[in-house]
Amino acid sequence: MMSDVLLEVKDLHTHFKLEEGTLKAVNGVSFTIRKNRTLGIVGESGCGKSVTAQSIMRITPKKNSKISGQILLHRESGAADIVQLDEDGDEMRDLRGRDIAMIFQEPMTAFSPVHTIGNQIMEALFVHGEKDKRKARDHVISLLEEVGIPAPERRIDEYSFQLSGGMRQRSMIAMAIVLNPRLLIADEPTTALDVTIQAQILRLMKRLQRDNGMAIMFITHDLGVIANMADDVAVMYLGKIVEYGSSRQIFKDPKHPYTKGLIRSIPKFGATEGKHLATIKGTVPVPLDPPDACPFANRCSEFIAGKCDIRMPASVVVAPGHSVSCVLYE
Amino acid sequence: MYFLAFTHEFWTPYRAVTQHQGFVNTPPTPIHFFDSRGNFVGHFVYRLDYELNRDTFERIYTEDPDSIHRIRFFTRGEPYRFWGQFETDLHFFDAGEGKLFLLGSDQLGRDVFSRILAASRISLTIGLVGVFLSFFLGATLGGISGFYGGAVDIVIMRITEILSAIPQIPLWIALAAIVPIDWPVTRTYFAITLILSTMTWTGLARAVRAKLLEMREQDYIMAAKIAGASDIRIIYDHLLPGYISFLIVNITIAIPGMILGETALSFLGLGIRPPAVSWGTLLEGAQNISNIALYPWLLTPALFVIATVLLFNFVGDGLRDAADPFKEL
Amino acid sequence: MSLSKYLVQRLIYALLVLIVISFLIFMIVQLPRGDAVDRIVNARQAQGDIITEEDEAALRAQYGLDKPIYAQYFIWATQFARGNMGQSMLGIPVSNLINERIVATMLLSIISLIATYALAVPIGIYSATNQYSLGDYFWTFVGFIGLATPNFLLALIMLFVFHKAFGLSIGGLFSPGVEEQPWSLAKALDLLNHLWIPIIVIVTAQTAGTIRTMRATLLDELGQQYVITARAKGLRYRQLLFKYPVRLALNPVVNSVGYILPRLISGQTIVAIVLNLPTLGPLLFSALLAEDVELATSILMIQSILAVIGVILGDIILSLYDPRIRMEKGVT
Repeated sequence: MMSDVLLEVKDLHTHFKLEEGTLKAVNGVSFTIRKNRTLGIVGESGCGKSVTAQSIMRITPKKNSKISGQILLHRESGAADIVQLDEDGDEMRDLRGRDIAMIFQEPMTAFSPVHTIGNQIMEALFVHGEKDKRKARDHVISLLEEVGIPAPERRIDEYSFQLSGGMRQRSMIAMAIVLNPRLLIADEPTTALDVTIQAQILRLMKRLQRDNGMAIMFITHDLGVIANMADDVAVMYLGKIVEYGSSRQIFKDPKHPYTKGLIRSIPKFGATEGKHLATIKGTVPVPLDPPDACPFANRCSEFIAGKCDIRMPASVVVAPGHSVSCVLYE
Repeated sequence: MYFLAFTHEFWTPYRAVTQHQGFVNTPPTPIHFFDSRGNFVGHFVYRLDYELNRDTFERIYTEDPDSIHRIRFFTRGEPYRFWGQFETDLHFFDAGEGKLFLLGSDQLGRDVFSRILAASRISLTIGLVGVFLSFFLGATLGGISGFYGGAVDIVIMRITEILSAIPQIPLWIALAAIVPIDWPVTRTYFAITLILSTMTWTGLARAVRAKLLEMREQDYIMAAKIAGASDIRIIYDHLLPGYISFLIVNITIAIPGMILGETALSFLGLGIRPPAVSWGTLLEGAQNISNIALYPWLLTPALFVIATVLLFNFVGDGLRDAADPFKEL
Repeated sequence: MSLSKYLVQRLIYALLVLIVISFLIFMIVQLPRGDAVDRIVNARQAQGDIITEEDEAALRAQYGLDKPIYAQYFIWATQFARGNMGQSMLGIPVSNLINERIVATMLLSIISLIATYALAVPIGIYSATNQYSLGDYFWTFVGFIGLATPNFLLALIMLFVFHKAFGLSIGGLFSPGVEEQPWSLAKALDLLNHLWIPIIVIVTAQTAGTIRTMRATLLDELGQQYVITARAKGLRYRQLLFKYPVRLALNPVVNSVGYILPRLISGQTIVAIVLNLPTLGPLLFSALLAEDVELATSILMIQSILAVIGVILGDIILSLYDPRIRMEKGVT
């Protein structure tokens, strides 16, 4: 089993020093990503899911961020702790793109508007040692074809603003997989797209995973997408993973009041006719110098005074592979 | 600063036009606190004597250590008409019988400090009046252009393009050279202001237009239109509040340009003409290299110009930051 | 639309602009000062000649000044377009006077332009990548001073400083007596020796503004998503910095060629007067004071032409430089 493990994140903390205090965007997160599997990370905006991804890539804003904990990347040559690497060092830069690649939410702004798509995709090849321009170009053309871009030999010389949103996201995927990474981090890859394109992109990602055997870390706030894509699911709230389990466990048997709330708020066809859709009251607070207590306490419908607000509940295993952090299960 | 400018008669020891016989091109008068024997007397100046250097025919000013003139505050000195309303002779300070030239005197024996403060009245207001004029032109035309778009927009924008393609200072010089020399001071003043405005309104117009175009696309304007609000109403109720802060910022940034423009023209002798004084006319005396070398204090008005412009820039910058809530802190 | 077509379009536009400008200049300079005949008559009378009304009318007809304004403008404009700029009051053809000085003017403008960018772009990049560092504050401060100090004041101060410190007189472009000598290495060195001070003076104000633009846009671009994308590809920060954000931040700077050139020409005018440089500025000034109308109009026209060329150049360079603009205008 252990040889399957690609990436282990242990007690990851990513803090930002701001004038107003310390923003604890990621505050003690642990999870494991295995080959050929998809880990879905779900949560509302501001829960720290994107920062988790950026921490793995070590592309958090330089000046004021501080990462601690362990991010172990298992390779044939042994494990490397990404947290310990110099973010601008050769080893980290070599990891990026080759071992771990990333797709971003905004395909419009993720490409430079004054360089051609081909230029920007081929760049990843050149950075990682490819010398032959002809070969790089052919490779990118075939890749563009693979991700479903028609007339790739023409598109390769076009600019991002000449492509449609779906095309741009396909190009972005091509850019991410050009080096055959072992882990693909997809940060809300379909949020900016409309529903039909969304489905196409998800299908494309699944196909690529099947063909290349890469692991995917899929970040989204859309539970529907998670149900469709993920093998395992981590539910994040305010910098912490509150519940972790297989996709089936999370959707069929949610434990944490927050997970339950999320699932209740998915509109179901026919089932909620004439009723108001369930919501979770309040909004996600900003984790500026957060107190050491359950982060969800102030919004929880099952809040127990004197228990929830005095300490952080420990993570409890409720079923094989299914754990939850809530006083109800301690 | 504007307060100083409008009450300059009071703050300065002498009138701007008073020529002090025998005190031509004196360097700044040193203020002493101790007399020549080391006794503390408080702030005072010595009387100035001068002799002619026989070799260079320049005047050498020396201090006479036996004549001590205390600097007095709230004294009665030369009479003037305060704001042209009532006669008074109250001054903030002077040195009695001794001459006190804080920043020296010019080639006609006039106190440079008094003249600088007097000049600030014109130099500072010309910025305000000029900006008001170009603001009026710019905001109106730019507003029309941005709000209505279409042919009106094209015509107005072409005009601004053409105007801004002409090199500004040569055109100013050309325009200012038309102003007849025999015009009275106030008329010259307004002519110069008008000339300065003709070139500066274009930038403001473009800025207003760009801002309006951006805002016109906002959904809430569409909502107001759908609700049947009239154009005027949309401009006043919805657009104006949104860009008033933007306008203020732009105005603040435009003022120093005006002041510099006036200074430049007056410096060349094409702007404000004597007997009126502005910082530019004061600097006119400093055009000549030998003058600067011998009487460097004639350059002091330049420091006032620079300080003023800096001040406006800082204020403008601060306002811009304050007015833009989305800008990164 | 092809590039050449776009070029032609811009040139036609420039020509139209120049025609409008020439009309404006004609109105501003020529009309308020009476016509050439008045001046000739005045000059003659001053010499004691007696000139009758008939003589005057004959002269007017000869110069075409009996015609309405638009016709006069037309005569003047066609003459100007043919390169005939008329006689200066000094009795020398205007074109000779301008030819003497136009090289120095253009030399000064172009060197200042290059110097502006050579200084402003690296400093802007430094300030943006080291935001809020001591160096950044230093340059921001210098920039503010540069913006606040009018060119000619700086020129005055430089005159003063150099006189005090080195006893140098720094006016003009050549040391006394050198100008008449034939071109040689010594002459060129002498020119360089005199050139750098006016260039510093002219460049200071423009550089300040350009640094601020460069810094602000680069800061903007540094926060863009594509910077993160590039980092995620494994690019080195320096590689990435120059390939993406700097490249994009240069757009407004490149575009500014269009308005910086007119400003340089404009700013140069007063500096040249103070420093006594043999450029068009001082000539214009003395021409205006002496009411030398033909000369003044021609100089203003030449300066405008230089400025408009700058604007067009800026447009063209930008359209070559930024694919977004190229596509928008349909230029391929």
